[in-house]
Amino acid sequence: MAIHLTKESKVLVQGMTGGEGMKHTRRMLAAGTNVVGGVNPRKAGRTVDFDDRAVPVFGSVADGIQATGADVTVVFVPPAHAKAAVVEAADAGIGLAVVITEGIPVHDSVAFITYARQKGTRVVGPNCPGLITPGQSNAGIIPADITKPGRIGLVSKSGTLTYQLMYELRDIGFSTCVGIGGDPVVGTTHIDCLAAFQEDPDTDLVVLIGEIGGDAEERAAAYIGEHVTKPVVAYIAGFTAPEGRTMGHAGAIVSGSSGTAQAKKDALEAVGVRVGGTPTETARHVLAVLEAGR
Amino acid sequence: MDLYEHQARQLFEEHGIVVPKAEVTDTPKGARVIARRLGGRVVVKAQVKTGGRGKAGGVKLAADPAAAELTARQMLGMDIKGHTVGEVMLAQPVEIEDEFYVSYVLDRAAGRFLAIASAEGGMDIEEVAAARPEAVARIPVDPVEGVTSATAARIAETAGLPPQTVDVLVRLWEVLVREDALLVEVNPLVRTRDGRIMALDGKVTLDDNARFRQARWGAEHSAHADPLEAAAAAKGLNYVKLDGEVGIIGNGAGLVMSTLDVVAGCGARPADFLDIGGGASAQIMADGLSVILSDPAVKSVFVNVFGGITACDAVADGIVRALDTVRLTKPLVVRLDGNNAARGRAILDERAHPLVEQVTTMDGAADRAARLATTA
Repeated sequence: MAIHLTKESKVLVQGMTGGEGMKHTRRMLAAGTNVVGGVNPRKAGRTVDFDDRAVPVFGSVADGIQATGADVTVVFVPPAHAKAAVVEAADAGIGLAVVITEGIPVHDSVAFITYARQKGTRVVGPNCPGLITPGQSNAGIIPADITKPGRIGLVSKSGTLTYQLMYELRDIGFSTCVGIGGDPVVGTTHIDCLAAFQEDPDTDLVVLIGEIGGDAEERAAAYIGEHVTKPVVAYIAGFTAPEGRTMGHAGAIVSGSSGTAQAKKDALEAVGVRVGGTPTETARHVLAVLEAGR
Repeated sequence: MDLYEHQARQLFEEHGIVVPKAEVTDTPKGARVIARRLGGRVVVKAQVKTGGRGKAGGVKLAADPAAAELTARQMLGMDIKGHTVGEVMLAQPVEIEDEFYVSYVLDRAAGRFLAIASAEGGMDIEEVAAARPEAVARIPVDPVEGVTSATAARIAETAGLPPQTVDVLVRLWEVLVREDALLVEVNPLVRTRDGRIMALDGKVTLDDNARFRQARWGAEHSAHADPLEAAAAAKGLNYVKLDGEVGIIGNGAGLVMSTLDVVAGCGARPADFLDIGGGASAQIMADGLSVILSDPAVKSVFVNVFGGITACDAVADGIVRALDTVRLTKPLVVRLDGNNAARGRAILDERAHPLVEQVTTMDGAADRAARLATTA
């Protein structure tokens, strides 16, 4: 089953004809994603050849949906145009917008996330690697060949830590891996994914990756305590981060006493979540929990 | 990016929020001249990007220009919570009748901004909020509608602020939106004896991501205090200077943060955070390595790459290129995994530099780098 993305998903790529868009559309196609079109008003009517696939370019998301029945869009457009791209996709009635673009101003993210929510469009990201349901579909930039289909669900603020855990648990495999992004405001949260994984019959265990900044992990912990019966194993990055310094992600900053890795770890452990000290130890916890449940 | 008080007040002023007359200087002599210009009696305020400045002796009243010069002399160069005072602001004193607190902050959980206001400004708002939460109004702002006069009137009424503050609440929202700020705060907002509403102190945090449309954010706003950070920024690298001895380079913010933690867990301290980002080229890797190697505090370097979008052979090429241009005097521990890892490892094996060592696991490599740094 998987969450939010399956082999039935029909994917548009906004910004497909740009450098990043071209590179990653090729990778998505190679991973089995059903990419049904690109969007670029200036190149409408053309097609782009990706090895053995010719992908049509539409002038708008609405045209793409009308022609193909697309239900997912992956957004690669530059930060200055990202807001307009998501608003257009939401207006066209797309179900899921995956925003890969990094460096979008927070005021823009607040605006398009609010707008999309009102229109019934789920946003994943911004500044995220996207999501992958191994063996079925890949919407974004997560490398597809480091793992295989399986029964672990993964939700993460960090792209590379997603890859690291996917790789360490490659022999077990994943139902869906969702990179929600490291910005202060994101469209899909840890909690949204926990709720979906809880309902997903193909997911047995959830790996949650968090980092310093905000209180998303503490809220996720409270949610787990009340609603999640499946085992959850977590990893938190940023124990050594000094106060007041942004560590790479726009949202990864410890301010005053809030947002520390320790506070997040404590909150998760208080509701019975095992928290690994390193990515490798986290993977070992997952194996131990799966072994015990067998 | 946080602004200094004097920069924040400049933005307030540009958007029509009344502030006391003030000027900034970095010399005691300058303080004397400014105090004379402002009428003699002035408040001298240290310009540092940290709270608790008043309690640390960073805000003082000076009775005349000579006293202003003396106070400025004492304040300049002073350390306030790890921040060195480089400038002081001198402001005309104001006769205060009432003090309030107002701010707009990003509510990450709700994905929108929140107005926070209280009729009890001037003191530590966190303490008021903790002791008597009912004294602090928290009102979500609709992102589409923003703060209109009607919204502002509701905020003022809920918080118990006088009606004259409505205009300031609207203008402060304009500062937030037009300047792409993540936080605007006025504390205290005061009513003077003669009935004017004035912003006596303020804090503004701008969104670095909005630089592309906020053209006037010049070098002054982006100045890096640390020379290594400035050098890294000039090369477009995502770099933070820390105070340990293991230099750390990796790809992706999450993995680099994780690497710092794992190294710390092995008993050494990270000297820095350097993220070469996704899809990094050999050039970026070489640039990153040269920045780290120029840090005299670094005793060993740990390159931790999980190739996803980034290809490990490009990373290895970058390391080899750096070895050709920078004389390596410190041990380099490299862990390559993921995309093109085998090719990357082979490139480093072929170069066979005596100070470059490869370890296949992240934990093992962190342990090795930590050991090399602490026994060096």
